[in-house]
Amino acid sequence: MTGAPSRPGSAAVVAEAVRGAELVLPRGGGTKPALWSVEGAYVLDLSALSGITEYLPSEYTVTALAGTPLAEVEARLAAEGQYLPFDPLLVAAGSTVGGAVAAGANGPGRLRYGGLRDFLLAVTFVDGRGEIVRGGAKVVKNAAGFDLPKLMVGSLGRLGVLTECTFKVFPHPESCATLRVAGMALDEAIEAAGRVGAGAVEIECLDLAHGLAGWDLEIRIGGRSFALDARLKRAADLLDTDVTTLSGDADAAHWRTRREFGWASPDASVLKLPLTPATAGALEQVLADLDASQVARVYSAGIQQAFVAWPAERVADLPALDGALTETRLTALALRAPVEAANKPILGHRTGGELLRRVEQALDPAGRFGRL
Amino acid sequence: MAPADAADFLDALTRRLGPDRVLTGAAPMAAYESDALTAFRARPRAVVLVDSAEEVVDVVRLCAAAEVPFLARGSGTSLSGGSLPVHDGVVIAMNRLNRILEVDPVRRTAVVEPGVVNLTVSEAAEPYGLYYSPDPSSQSVCTIGGNLAFNSGGAHCLKYGMTSNHVLGLEVVLPDGEVIEIGGDSLEGVGPDLVGLFVGSEGLFGIATKITLRLLPKPETFFTLLAAYDSLAAAGEAVAAVVASGLLPGAMEIMDNLAIEAAEAAVGAGYPLDAEGLLIVELEGEEQQVAAESELLLEVVRQSKPYLEHVASDPDDRMRIWKGRKSAFSAVGRLSPDYIVQDGVVPRSRLGEALTEIQRLGERHGIRVANVFHAGDGNLHPLILFDGRVEGELERAEELAGEILRLCIDLGGSITGEHGVGMEKRQYLGEMFDEADLDAMRRIRLAIDPGELANRGKMFPDAEAPALLSHGPHPLEVAGVISRE
Repeated sequence: MTGAPSRPGSAAVVAEAVRGAELVLPRGGGTKPALWSVEGAYVLDLSALSGITEYLPSEYTVTALAGTPLAEVEARLAAEGQYLPFDPLLVAAGSTVGGAVAAGANGPGRLRYGGLRDFLLAVTFVDGRGEIVRGGAKVVKNAAGFDLPKLMVGSLGRLGVLTECTFKVFPHPESCATLRVAGMALDEAIEAAGRVGAGAVEIECLDLAHGLAGWDLEIRIGGRSFALDARLKRAADLLDTDVTTLSGDADAAHWRTRREFGWASPDASVLKLPLTPATAGALEQVLADLDASQVARVYSAGIQQAFVAWPAERVADLPALDGALTETRLTALALRAPVEAANKPILGHRTGGELLRRVEQALDPAGRFGRL
Repeated sequence: MAPADAADFLDALTRRLGPDRVLTGAAPMAAYESDALTAFRARPRAVVLVDSAEEVVDVVRLCAAAEVPFLARGSGTSLSGGSLPVHDGVVIAMNRLNRILEVDPVRRTAVVEPGVVNLTVSEAAEPYGLYYSPDPSSQSVCTIGGNLAFNSGGAHCLKYGMTSNHVLGLEVVLPDGEVIEIGGDSLEGVGPDLVGLFVGSEGLFGIATKITLRLLPKPETFFTLLAAYDSLAAAGEAVAAVVASGLLPGAMEIMDNLAIEAAEAAVGAGYPLDAEGLLIVELEGEEQQVAAESELLLEVVRQSKPYLEHVASDPDDRMRIWKGRKSAFSAVGRLSPDYIVQDGVVPRSRLGEALTEIQRLGERHGIRVANVFHAGDGNLHPLILFDGRVEGELERAEELAGEILRLCIDLGGSITGEHGVGMEKRQYLGEMFDEADLDAMRRIRLAIDPGELANRGKMFPDAEAPALLSHGPHPLEVAGVISRE
């Protein structure tokens, strides 16, 4: 296409660009290249569609244009003691509101109250016909019409170009601290995680990080400062082993690094895999079979998802990983991947294909966003 | 459909299910002609009682082949007319699909069939210290399949969300009989959130036959505070102050004087009869945390100057407080032969404005309105009292209901927080959304169900409506089993 704006500043201009394109994908902060660096696609840079359009702390709602950096949203919320409970990824790296929703990926803190799907209240997007569509409502409770906001979570830019999103927000815990048990065997760590998780202690984050000496179990607890020490002690008693405690800035910095993928090599592909404590072993087996037991990885959010850093030198083995995941009925999303792997951002087992095909037909009949 | 084809269709249903499970004729089908939106009634072609997911698939395929509309029905407690039969269509009664297939305490999930009653999921999870969070007031009778179709809520949605936030995976029969799986048993997913799209689609995308639910650990303790005010506005201001304090209660409810009186007369909850506004705030969770939070809550609420405060002294006292609240609607119903309940949402900070305006509108129509609402999330429940035997009262009540929905839209809210659009609010969906928004929804509907067979006539403003036939309380309501909330 020619003459189209590369950095639209309004939904109407996005719509015009979509109507004029054969294959088009949106790009926000550019932190998840696997979502948009597709061969032959015209990339729509949404960074000019930026700004918080409405923030009502007393309503627990914030609305921002899709290209708004999450760092800006988080800073604004923090000034009022609030936060995005789904714990967005790659915030410091420049991830945007629209990119986070389209990727549908959450950080370790999603364990406490829920993920993006649970906190996205309303969306405006441009569909594949170039129409501007709104779904949901800018209030914390709503059941009117189809839940288009949820449909856009994880849509990877293939059902519409998001232009504005409204989130539910919550008050931030007054203070947080983290207990760590280092060097566990995986089975032992999963068992200990279950023991603490099944107890009464309410947990913000529960991650298992793969390290040189085995697995580190990390449990973050947050709430009223006055009660925090007693609750940490209670959780430590359940662990019944040597623990170290991170608090204050060290605690905050640790979890920031986790969600920025600071633990992964910068040139590694980063994959997200939904799973459960019962299926973590299956992923371990897949990795072992591919001689990849040493890749950096984290079981996150109460072992409901894994982040795997697939080494750059083994990009050629991604198709083998894809096949092995399919066999074990595991699914992966490439959040960060080299261009040659980006034409297929979803690896492994797929469900709901027939329903998705019909939804794609409805929202993007000409296939302008490509097909998932 | 020609009479011969119609007879063939019924024969095919009977061959598949046997004569005892295919109901036709006025008397056997009477109980299925309406739901909890009692103003509407419609006569289906047949009611089929299915025993398995395979039977659901076969019935849907027979309907699809004969182009006969159908809908799945659980306990018929929909307040928006969502489970009202499609005229001359087939009602697929799901109540016999009521097995809890699995409760997994490690994954914290339950796999259930759609006819399982909401409360029985929590009962099955109880031995593991878990529970199913969404708690509509009809939870002792409403089914998970119906909750799913209408994304049902309840009093405890602010912190942990509505039905949609607790459904992880589904097996679905699409309207042409194709069976798909969506989601899984993890809290996380990859790709567009199709489970999220399906939940709340009001039966228009087909029928869920197997549902994986998320369970939560039962809160270790509760702190339940009742505060009485001499004005409704003061109770509303207390809610704003609690929100501003940074606390996140599990529930915040307000009742007005008419609702208090009725609830008190019905169940003797110990509410002060002279209060103009009654606030219930509940903290839940870990003991130490709740202890720390309760001090702050008391401090904040005291600044709002209630003339009376009461903290639930034990679990029985807490249950009594909630019993009054949950029975409020059926109790108010006793004050009046008929009533309509709406569930519009307004931004929390505009609750006071909304209530004042509702009062004014009621006076203008000469109709009494009682109010009980989920104040924490701005979800109103104005109860419009009328007598359908008095000529013109039903029409006036419906006009008032419509004005209240428009008020919610004007204040930046929604026409429904948890009851769904159904039959009742179809004409207002187009006032809340623009034509382009509705068009996108219609395209999705038609791509999934080109013949518009699944729950035809619901949600969309231009859908063909069954005739308004009669009114009166639902039989289950007369028996005190359900309430309109």
